[in-house]
Amino acid sequence: MKCEFWDDFKGEKWKNSVNVADFIKENYTEYKGDESFLEEPSEKTKKVWHVCEEALKEELKKGILDVELNIASGINNFKPGYICPEDDVIVGLQTDGLLKRIVNPFGGMRMVVSALKAYGYETSESIKKEFKYRKTHNEGVFDAYTTDIRKARHAGLITGLPDAYGRGRIIGDYRRVALYGIDFLIEQKQKDLLANEKEELTEYNIRLREEISMQIKALDEIKKMAKSYNSDISMPAKNAKEAVQWTYFGYLAAIKENNGAAMSLGRTSTFLDIYINRDLKRNIITEKEAQELIDQFIIKLRMARHLRTPDYNELFAGDPTWVTESIGGMLDETHSLVTKTSFRYLHTLTNLSSAPEPNMTVLWSDKLPDNFKKYCAKMSINTDAIQYENDELMRPIHGFDYAIACCVSAMTVGKQMQFFGARCNLAKALLYAITGGVDEVKRELVVDGFEKMTDEYLNYDKVMKVYDKMLDKVAKIYVDAMNIIHFMHDKYAYEAGQMALHDTDPEKLMAFGIAGLSVAIDSLSAIKFAKVKPIYDEEGIAVDFVTEGEFPKYGNDDDRVDEIGIDLVQRFYNKLKSHKLYKNAKHTLSVLTITSNVVYGKKTGTTPDGRKAGEPFAPGANPMHGRDSSGALASLNSVAKIPYCNVCEDGISNTFSIIPKALGHSAEERVENLVSIMDGYFKQGAHHLNVNVLNRETLEDAMENPDKYPNLTIRVSGYAVRFNRLSREQQLEVISRTFHGTI
Amino acid sequence: MIGYYSSLEPMGLVDGPGLRYVVFLQGCKLRCLYCHNPETWKLKEGKVITSEELLHKILRYKNYYKNGGVTFSGGEPLLQSEFLIDILKKCKENNLHTAIDTSGVGNGNYEEILKYVDLIILDIKAIDEEKYSYITKAKMNEFSKFLAIAQKMQNPFWLRTVIVPGFNDTKEDILNLSKFVKKIDNVKKVELLAYHLFGVDKYKELGIDYPLEGIKPMDEDNLLELQNYLNSLISNDDK
Repeated sequence: MKCEFWDDFKGEKWKNSVNVADFIKENYTEYKGDESFLEEPSEKTKKVWHVCEEALKEELKKGILDVELNIASGINNFKPGYICPEDDVIVGLQTDGLLKRIVNPFGGMRMVVSALKAYGYETSESIKKEFKYRKTHNEGVFDAYTTDIRKARHAGLITGLPDAYGRGRIIGDYRRVALYGIDFLIEQKQKDLLANEKEELTEYNIRLREEISMQIKALDEIKKMAKSYNSDISMPAKNAKEAVQWTYFGYLAAIKENNGAAMSLGRTSTFLDIYINRDLKRNIITEKEAQELIDQFIIKLRMARHLRTPDYNELFAGDPTWVTESIGGMLDETHSLVTKTSFRYLHTLTNLSSAPEPNMTVLWSDKLPDNFKKYCAKMSINTDAIQYENDELMRPIHGFDYAIACCVSAMTVGKQMQFFGARCNLAKALLYAITGGVDEVKRELVVDGFEKMTDEYLNYDKVMKVYDKMLDKVAKIYVDAMNIIHFMHDKYAYEAGQMALHDTDPEKLMAFGIAGLSVAIDSLSAIKFAKVKPIYDEEGIAVDFVTEGEFPKYGNDDDRVDEIGIDLVQRFYNKLKSHKLYKNAKHTLSVLTITSNVVYGKKTGTTPDGRKAGEPFAPGANPMHGRDSSGALASLNSVAKIPYCNVCEDGISNTFSIIPKALGHSAEERVENLVSIMDGYFKQGAHHLNVNVLNRETLEDAMENPDKYPNLTIRVSGYAVRFNRLSREQQLEVISRTFHGTI
Repeated sequence: MIGYYSSLEPMGLVDGPGLRYVVFLQGCKLRCLYCHNPETWKLKEGKVITSEELLHKILRYKNYYKNGGVTFSGGEPLLQSEFLIDILKKCKENNLHTAIDTSGVGNGNYEEILKYVDLIILDIKAIDEEKYSYITKAKMNEFSKFLAIAQKMQNPFWLRTVIVPGFNDTKEDILNLSKFVKKIDNVKKVELLAYHLFGVDKYKELGIDYPLEGIKPMDEDNLLELQNYLNSLISNDDK
């Protein structure tokens, strides 16, 4: 294809078929300078943001600001909406009103009804009627669930299953809309549909044909939706403003159609920089206008909302949307993908104050330009809004053009998709090994075929042998649940708009997860290195444990215990891998809890590590609160040992809090030391780090005086939240975490 | 080889440039009035470690020390000279930046030690004999000897002095200090440290009378003023 929209752009490969990565490689301009070029927000931006801030205050008071009751989710189902029609430089809202949420019954009707009820709304008759004749994902799943899955789900052995709402974690390559325009994308899909005819029409290929056809319709819907905002996106974007706007239309279509837990943006900054750079060179925009485009784009992303139930908020607190944007990273061994727009994105945290969304994720490499590393560290210290993930681990697996979905899940943009799925409670599974598969809280037999242990002292080898068998069973239940969920999701709630912005039939990853890793590790360490005496109740269930003697604890860089953790994730992953997956997906595993560590803890009885019944787990792969007593670096070293490659390729989350003083005296020292810490941590093959630089006292004060800290943002586990949006229970848990800070 | 230490800190931030592994070695001959680590005075009261074990521990953190390194502090690191030489050599073999945080009063062997030291953080207790022996309960000659050898060896310096209210906190004191400092070559930095009360409880625990009972901690603002004054006296060219 030849077109004037691409004037001054280099390269040929990307012109003939969809290949955004090649376009970026051929055209981007690496930036090695510092942040001094950045501009303040424009008057228009300030006005728009002011309106948003007022609306946010109102929303916080009411829970949700507004909801569209009569129209169900869809790409082009809503009238256009504006924040300030005069000052919106980038336009588009999910519905016709700011922070007005969408009802999405495709995932499940029950979720809709209870969410609306929780905020004082009734489900409208028209929606009820429409979905009376339409089966939802949730209904499909429950038609197929096995008795074992139901039991495991009820007891909280496996939780957070996306069986009642959108699965999320799918990243459309929204950049394709800007680079190629919709018409070219439709043409490519039509070609794919035609090529598919030549194949044997197996069940797989028939389904694929149906999916491609749905994608083509969705692309047409995206075009119509943009048209309602007076934009013709049939052809490629011709300048930076259009590029930003059209990329946003692609994303907007996704969040109009879907309500997945994580609706991530992908990797847009360096792509958009190419357009901004071209416009700057042509003298058709100024730096101030370039920043304005990004600021206004980011404002729109911050306003994305989904309708959730209070139960859901308990698992994922603070109304997160995971508009994760991946920034930085390397192209190859010597060139980074850092551009001026990488800075412009992070600079929105200054221009528009700190905020949890979009979920700014810096892809870290020790080879990134020094100025960029320092700027990131500085922004982390000032805002606590950034997470870091190891580009040197992910780039060899996914190629340079990958992005993070949700918190830590890497996938090649437009070429891989993920079947997301919840997590399994490893600490509870360990208790089941002792209780003979009976849930220690609910007192129901959840996993059959096991005997209750009656030993006076637990024997490590025996416990491991039974635990291993228990994990075999758990893995099978878990895989079954995931296969069912994704089969039904494709059938009843297919994300046509997002999948239209993928290659046809992309590679699939099925992401399993584990919770309670540090509790399981320390419990096993206690059994191995100390003497653990279970206290059995009259039903023969171990309700408490008396531990005699000392045992090494995960988080102190002590191989004796850290190796238990390595073995555990490896063991569980191998068990998952022995099962076949829906659509031939590849198994991946994450150690990530979001804020569900609190709920998991609540549902889990006393564990042999000394944790009492109901007490929260540590988040993600973090060592248990206060047990990582050998200093910050020892704690990081322990987490860094959990293997990413070939095991936990869906991510290993570590949330790290350090007091400002512990990073150095001067601002400059703090920045340099934080850079050194991250370089050192990631150099060892660690995967992820949430960085919080704050004092415990600040959080305690914020808990008592929330009005004093309206924008206080902290990283919790793979995402950031406004502290005032956490429940008191969650706030207390965050405060109880280890704050590294001894000098 | 065996050494005695009191504690290990893998994330030291103040004892040398960058992030550093700080080894607090045991034993010190001086009995400074303001010493805040009285538990490190007696060599044999420390914990025992071999140089191989210590190196192993340090190397676990090497990735973090790209702009930092290892600092041997104390107590007085020079006292265990053979152990110090052994572990310094091992650190250098592993391309680690090395520093010693010292008062310059050890048991000799300074030339050999300093071959493996990239930075000397030298604590100047006082600049005249009278005040020096008042503070440290020792004569100044060993310090002078160490300084002379270090100058010959051309190691770079960070110099430090603890400022105690009513003792060395006047502008005149700082002027005299600046004169002393200017005579030393290869000085990268001069830092004034505030006298503080962190050590008081340790004395109680050890059942020793606290020598500076009643003296208030140094005010941070006043310290900053003195530091600025000192900086103005020492030309930046020295740095």
